[in-house]
Amino acid sequence: MSMMDSQRMQRLREFARPDRVFDFMAPADSPVDVRHGPILYLEDVSVSFDGFKAIDDLNLTIDDGELRCIIGPNGAGKTTMMDIITGKTRPDRGQAWFGSRHNLLQMDEPQIANLGIGRKFQKPTVFEALSVSANLELAMAGDRRVWKTFLARLDHEGRERIDEVMETIGLSGERDRLAGVLSHGQKQWLEIGMLLMQRPRLLLVDEPVAGMTEPEMHRTAELMTRLAGQQSVVVVEHDMGFVRSIARTVTVLHQGSVLAEGSMDEVANDPRVIDVYLGGDESSDVREGT
Amino acid sequence: MSLATMFKRNSLLDERSTWITSVVLIVGMLAVVVLHALPPDHAWHLNGSVVSLLGKYLTYMLLALAVDLIWGYLGILSLGHGAFFALGGYAMGLYLTAQQAPLAPWQAVMAHFPVAALAVILAPGLLALIFGWLAFRSRVTGVYFSIITQALTFALMLAFNRNEMAMGGSTGLTRFDELLGFALAGEGMTVALFVASGVAVLLAFWGCKAVTRSRLGRVCMATRDAEARVRFIGYRVEHVKLAVFVLSAMIAGIAGALYVPQVGIINPSTFAPLFSIEVVVWVALGGRATLYGALLGALVVNYLKTVLTGVMPDAWLFLLGGLFVVVTMFLPQGVAGLMAHLRRRREVTA
Repeated sequence: MSMMDSQRMQRLREFARPDRVFDFMAPADSPVDVRHGPILYLEDVSVSFDGFKAIDDLNLTIDDGELRCIIGPNGAGKTTMMDIITGKTRPDRGQAWFGSRHNLLQMDEPQIANLGIGRKFQKPTVFEALSVSANLELAMAGDRRVWKTFLARLDHEGRERIDEVMETIGLSGERDRLAGVLSHGQKQWLEIGMLLMQRPRLLLVDEPVAGMTEPEMHRTAELMTRLAGQQSVVVVEHDMGFVRSIARTVTVLHQGSVLAEGSMDEVANDPRVIDVYLGGDESSDVREGT
Repeated sequence: MSLATMFKRNSLLDERSTWITSVVLIVGMLAVVVLHALPPDHAWHLNGSVVSLLGKYLTYMLLALAVDLIWGYLGILSLGHGAFFALGGYAMGLYLTAQQAPLAPWQAVMAHFPVAALAVILAPGLLALIFGWLAFRSRVTGVYFSIITQALTFALMLAFNRNEMAMGGSTGLTRFDELLGFALAGEGMTVALFVASGVAVLLAFWGCKAVTRSRLGRVCMATRDAEARVRFIGYRVEHVKLAVFVLSAMIAGIAGALYVPQVGIINPSTFAPLFSIEVVVWVALGGRATLYGALLGALVVNYLKTVLTGVMPDAWLFLLGGLFVVVTMFLPQGVAGLMAHLRRRREVTA
């Protein structure tokens, strides 16, 4: 009862905020506003599936241009968190804002994607029947309506942008090859390249080095560090070596909420973290598993 | 914009298969017309019934094209495309019966050709729009979608069987006399309908090519292979599906409309689930996602059907089932895939 009331109260307060009087007039595709703080802001987000609390009062803020690593044992809610941010899952409670203007909980996947949140899946997901350049072309920012897509032609600028991204992800030599015949590591990079074509403000990257060889992993670490700064990057990863090589700030998730946050060393020495994750046998299991 | 620059911009004719298919269609069509024009006692003369049969094949090819567009490129297996074909057919049937005596007062409006022509496109298009909107919005995919398309066509079959519909009940619409003021029975009309069907196939083939070669076509293939990815790069998958599904249904409707005057009847059996499944077999046999494969499959299977049902009628269904099994197991890419495979092998050894 009291929870209902407080929720209603919150909604009322939200409605009557003096700084958001003309919110409803702002076009939905207006640029992301980060003048007043973080690019991503999650507050008290909770979601449960059949009684299991996948996310439990999660609070998370990501600053503009930040590179953040998120770690946590299996089932800590990392993928669910990404599902919520990208609009695939609706939380039961809480708030999710992109910049200070866009309420993510009122948008669906394509809207959120067009707003500038790109997502890389755990399993590399590229369009295998299309060439590398066609994969990038589809991801290129532009008008996504059906008729416009039918009429769309690749212009000079677009071609240059594709070349540029292929350079960045190291696939310049593979332009006309079908994505399906690329190696596992190359597919991962192609998927990251597709995210870059979207010109996102925020990149959500789920386990980018899963199944990669050591040199591939180094290249990916380099790529991630280069991306941060131009855009905010959130990396979910199991591989501790990789996290250590790129991390500035690390967030540890456990049972759907934040357990610890700080530099890699701070986090690694936190007794609670050691207890649930780093110290246990699981971390080595996980590392071998990926 | 002239046709030539349109071709260049869409690079419609840069693919070898597109070229060959277009040439084969045009030459084949001209050949049939010329052979038919030969004196009746000439050894190579094609009589009217053969031309009419070939015209019927052309409408089946058009239907196969519609199915390949959504199944091959978008991965949507419709087992109810016969419904759109039949709706187009019924619209044409109503026009033809309305020339003499409409079965119900409201059908008098169908006596006007422009109205009927619009109905041929709009009736299947509207059904596809409503049905597709509900299905795609709820993210119904895969086998579930296939099953509800079967249910759709079956439900329509039951509805059209009823006399209250004023659609001729189980006999359907038949006894047509004239089309656009010309007698349907004449040889000239047979050739005209054949040519119209051929032109429709050619135009639809180019239209489908234009779609599949555009960025929209690549979005379709991407949706077929990794739908979630397409959503997360910002495309409205359900809009893409809906647009292409409606286009496909309209093509099927036109096919049905061309079919009816050539066979002289449309009845609820066209809505039968089995017919829609047969269409899928044509496309599977010819080869998915090539468009020309669908044309080839429809022609070959229907020719076989004509021959076999004449020689040993009972064997046909066994052969059809057998074909489906063989194609699924040994030729997943159909005849088109086999040809591409052989060509690659030849290029490697050469």
